[in-house]
Amino acid sequence: MASWGRRSTAVAHHMRAFFTANKTAQIRIGTRRYPFFNPAVSSALVPRPWPSIINMTSLFLVNRFTSSVAGSQAGSRHADDDNDDNLVKKELAVKMYSDMVTLQIMDTFFYEAQRQGRISFYMTSSGEEAINISSAAALGKDDIIMPQYREHGILLWRGFSLQEFANQCFGNKDDVGKGRQMPIHYGSSKHNFITVSSPIATQLPQAAGVAYSLKMDKKDACVVAFIGDGGTSQGDFHAGLNFAAVMEAPVIFVCRNNGWAISTPISEQFRSDGVAVKGQAYGIPSIRVDGTDALAVYSAIRAARNMAVNEQRPVLVETLAYRVGHHSTSDDSTKYRSLDEIEQWKTDRDPVNRFRKWVELNGWWSEREETELRSNLMRAIQVAEGRRKPPLTELFTDVYDLPPSNLVEQEKQLRETINKYPIDFPSDVSL
Amino acid sequence: MLGVVRQKMLGQSLPKIRPVVSVLRSYSSAAKQMTVRDALNSALDEEMSADPKVFLMGEEVGEYQGAYKISKGLLEKYGPERVRDTPITEAGFAGIGVGAAYYGLKPVVEFMTFNFSMQAIDHIINSAAKSNYMSAGQMSVPIVFRGPNGAAAGVGAQHSQCYAAWYASCPGLKVLTPYSSEDARGLLKAAIRDPDPVVFLENELLYGESFPVSDEVLDSSFCLPIGKAKIERVGRDVTITAFSRMVGHALKAAEILEKDGIDAEVINLRSIRPLDRSTINASVRKTNRLITVEEGFPQHGVGAEICASVVEESFAYLDAPVERIAGADIPMPYAANLERIAVPQVEDIVRAAKRACYRSVPLAAAA
Repeated sequence: MASWGRRSTAVAHHMRAFFTANKTAQIRIGTRRYPFFNPAVSSALVPRPWPSIINMTSLFLVNRFTSSVAGSQAGSRHADDDNDDNLVKKELAVKMYSDMVTLQIMDTFFYEAQRQGRISFYMTSSGEEAINISSAAALGKDDIIMPQYREHGILLWRGFSLQEFANQCFGNKDDVGKGRQMPIHYGSSKHNFITVSSPIATQLPQAAGVAYSLKMDKKDACVVAFIGDGGTSQGDFHAGLNFAAVMEAPVIFVCRNNGWAISTPISEQFRSDGVAVKGQAYGIPSIRVDGTDALAVYSAIRAARNMAVNEQRPVLVETLAYRVGHHSTSDDSTKYRSLDEIEQWKTDRDPVNRFRKWVELNGWWSEREETELRSNLMRAIQVAEGRRKPPLTELFTDVYDLPPSNLVEQEKQLRETINKYPIDFPSDVSL
Repeated sequence: MLGVVRQKMLGQSLPKIRPVVSVLRSYSSAAKQMTVRDALNSALDEEMSADPKVFLMGEEVGEYQGAYKISKGLLEKYGPERVRDTPITEAGFAGIGVGAAYYGLKPVVEFMTFNFSMQAIDHIINSAAKSNYMSAGQMSVPIVFRGPNGAAAGVGAQHSQCYAAWYASCPGLKVLTPYSSEDARGLLKAAIRDPDPVVFLENELLYGESFPVSDEVLDSSFCLPIGKAKIERVGRDVTITAFSRMVGHALKAAEILEKDGIDAEVINLRSIRPLDRSTINASVRKTNRLITVEEGFPQHGVGAEICASVVEESFAYLDAPVERIAGADIPMPYAANLERIAVPQVEDIVRAAKRACYRSVPLAAAA
């Protein structure tokens, strides 16, 4: 079919970026461009462990960011000349790897749960585990996260338990969100993770606002706002970035460019050279990085954070990856892209496998840990499903700081009706 | 007149008719006059000095001293960190305000007119209004969105719409509509101190109008309660509800009606959400007739909500059909003669009140 063909090539374009030394296939660090994947390493389709990346260590030395605002500052700076081996020690690497695996398994289990009708909705972050976990690892716990909707890995890293995830998805009485939000729309002020808001890109100008407040408080923290490739088309993207630059707000904009916005490939989303150039247009230092490489993302975000906090300015990080899963459980992506393409990314460019090889090479992980992880997760889901849903009181609270008179009255009326007709009242709603 | 019929609806008992005298916070003996503009300016000034978390943001609020000079002198006094001029992006600065409020600051976001708030309405409704609920109380949004609302003079369709009904239909928001300088001061202070998001609808034509203010009103701790209407004029024969500029029209209409022997009670709503249903219903139970007045479009307007409330709670007390006076159901025209016809005038209120009192045939009866 004509449209099929068009779509495939559109995505192939995105894929090709990873395999050839195309213009868009380059890692740009400062003014220098490095081929994203060394063509000399011909086994391009085989997951390469650390050794192949070592050939291009310079890729991951975040040497320079440059901003190219016409007329104003075009500064460049040198970051520390760290070898990545020193940046990620064993403890950190093991935690990163186990969280990536947990995220992957958790996504699979919840996806299946939705398919079985046990929860209403779910979104996986398959293919983007490295972006999630490495970003979280590179940030501090005081850094405020303003997610889009595919960053639950960060919550996981910060200590949101499997049980809490399950509670939110099932909307039971132990849900920290009191059963108010649909699945995936997590929020936890304790973990500095702002509640997920569905309208796309609204979190971007809001991030500038939070960052401005942090700046006024002179805190040693920044805001990290996430957006997808599709979200960069929204008006709020423009307003948010422009404003953050003008206000010199310490915010890191992380664009998860995974090639797809539901069924819209990036070639139909924008005609610019990806998203990094958009950041530049606003006078924001920008970098593009391989999102399937956990260590690359880690060092890029680390450097971005230092810049944002020490120089009090926004930074844009574009991470290139591929959305292996469907957009959500309401989507069947085989309708607009080929199975082969999905399989290829799933097996050959899986960020988890890639990182495992590095971790195993260092002797830091084994099968036993893997099995233990899976059984813990299964248990959490079973427990969550069995719990009761939130009580009636939670229907009326939090609309305002204090309950308004009309809601107080309405609740009173409702309870009186329940007392009068107890048999008709559903048994799964506790009072 | 119908006798009082006790009705029990689902166990809800009738609220007592509150004594009217206590509600009469009359303008005291002080002769001091203050324009609404100065009232707003002084309220902002006092709240900003009392709480360092309060800051003002909007187009032209700083260097230009405010598009309507409401923020005059504030940039000089508090500096550019607390009085921020913004680029032209309502979506941008409304979003930034919401973000700042998530973090714990208290932004006052000014829209040049609420017509432009349409470009930011997603942040107001989907973020500001709903966040506290969606986050189960973890994220409150103590923000105030303020600016002129409703018709001005000769500015056409995109500068003249009244948004009271739109914002007031959304749970999670509070919507205030000051009329006098006392209202402006008291309600703005209350709005800034309130932990919930507030939409504060001013009126451009009222900015220059002067009202008497007592010493109590001028005190920096002065604050009006949100959700309480004010009975501007006590009457016996017909209740007229109004808000913002229409309160002035209603009061003038009441003077004209008095000469014809009709004693009108004028209620200044002050707060559209929460709506002071008990004051309105108590008044209707006393007078048995109701006219609602608003500048906005008639369909799904504030008057529709008031009519429904009265029919639900005080139906047996009504002696005449309820009538709504609203702006014409058209985008506002520019030509002065057409504009005049498109907005409620004092004569419209007088005629409607007479119809309610059966001095002429009510519209409903004529159908």
